[in-house]
Amino acid sequence: MLTKRIIPCLDIKNGRTVKGVNFVDLRDAGDPVELAKQYAELGADELVFLDISATLEGRKTMIDMVLKVAEHVNIPFTVGGGISSVEDVDVLLKSGADKVSINSSAVKRPELVTELANKFGSQCVVVAIDAKQINGEWLVHLAGGTVPTDLNLFDWAKEVEERGAGEILFTSMNNDGTKAGFANEALAKLSETLNIPIIASGGAGSVQHFVDSFKIGKADAALAASVFHFGEIEILDLKQELRANGIAIRL
Amino acid sequence: MKIVIIDYGAGNTKSVQFAMKRLGVEAILSDDAEIIKNADKVIFPGVGEASSAMKMLASKELDKLIPTLKQPVLGICLGMQLMCTFSEEGQTKGLGIFDVQVKKFNNQLKVPQMGWNSIFSLKSDLLKDIKNDEFMYLVHSFYAEICEQTIATTNYGLDYSSALQNDNFYGVQFHPEKSSTAGEQILRNFLEIS
Repeated sequence: MLTKRIIPCLDIKNGRTVKGVNFVDLRDAGDPVELAKQYAELGADELVFLDISATLEGRKTMIDMVLKVAEHVNIPFTVGGGISSVEDVDVLLKSGADKVSINSSAVKRPELVTELANKFGSQCVVVAIDAKQINGEWLVHLAGGTVPTDLNLFDWAKEVEERGAGEILFTSMNNDGTKAGFANEALAKLSETLNIPIIASGGAGSVQHFVDSFKIGKADAALAASVFHFGEIEILDLKQELRANGIAIRL
Repeated sequence: MKIVIIDYGAGNTKSVQFAMKRLGVEAILSDDAEIIKNADKVIFPGVGEASSAMKMLASKELDKLIPTLKQPVLGICLGMQLMCTFSEEGQTKGLGIFDVQVKKFNNQLKVPQMGWNSIFSLKSDLLKDIKNDEFMYLVHSFYAEICEQTIATTNYGLDYSSALQNDNFYGVQFHPEKSSTAGEQILRNFLEIS
């Protein structure tokens, strides 16, 4: 049976993880490669690296990091942040990334999704969508959630699916950072509307939140950052609990 | 031992090369018929679309070379699918090494299948020391049906071949290079096959 995936997300700036992590047994908690290896050993099913470097130099460092992760880590990983062209994706995939995640650049130029799917295949094209529920309507936001658009979440998700996206990474901005649970109602609607996998993001605070994202939100995967980085939830414990709740999980 | 990864412009060659390196083996990338023929082991990777991959193979005449190879050959993901007789993806004729067709998953399912799924009914030295129901990482929209050459099955809406073998030719639908320690064991097994 295809299992639900647990995905830690690492923010990378100039080749280093930021926001910090408190794994006591790591020599260098800022080194994305060491951290990635650690997560792979702990049972993470996939990893996401989000590049938040604002400079060209930071981008170059990111490519070096992707090469090192591909060299040392034996589970799949996605790279996102600052990707806006076929060339950007080409270099990341050639460096060993399994998938790329695009966000604002897809909204600005939806043809990019089609171009990437045609050239590299849908399996490596993740479209990340940040959305916020305003007066009952889920609206897509850009630039890390700071710039609102008039795009409806479900219409946009359907469009990118039709253009060849292989997966949707949906972050609810209403939930992100709250540790009060995922946006399960919107997730379930996405999952029922679309025929591609949906990754839940934003709001993880407890094991029960993950259970709910799969059972109520019908998500195919759940992504989180701080609860894993700060050891509030251990991946192995989480996966055992999920399985005890009747959810298909790789252990 | 000389390991050659067939380089025809498709897919995940870097990841496969790195996975071999983690096992302490230096694998080289090549599209040169002589180098491929003289390798001890050949890996035929692939990520992407079947009809364009077949065109790339044909442009380098690798479609004629691969079925004649005598050493152990391991097709991965699209590589395995191209070793079958026919694929519904782009209505493409394959290399005909495995006597089975490649079909598209039913649209009642989420496609691509993406993630970790179990492999069952294991046969062959390729899967030595792998437990029945071990998890492997898969990403694919098309599948090979069950046939006499099936050496592992997986269920996604239906049972299909997640690994195939015909004499010295092996194929796996999953990505051993991305399937944690169990995937590494399969690559190690492949290196030990004589």
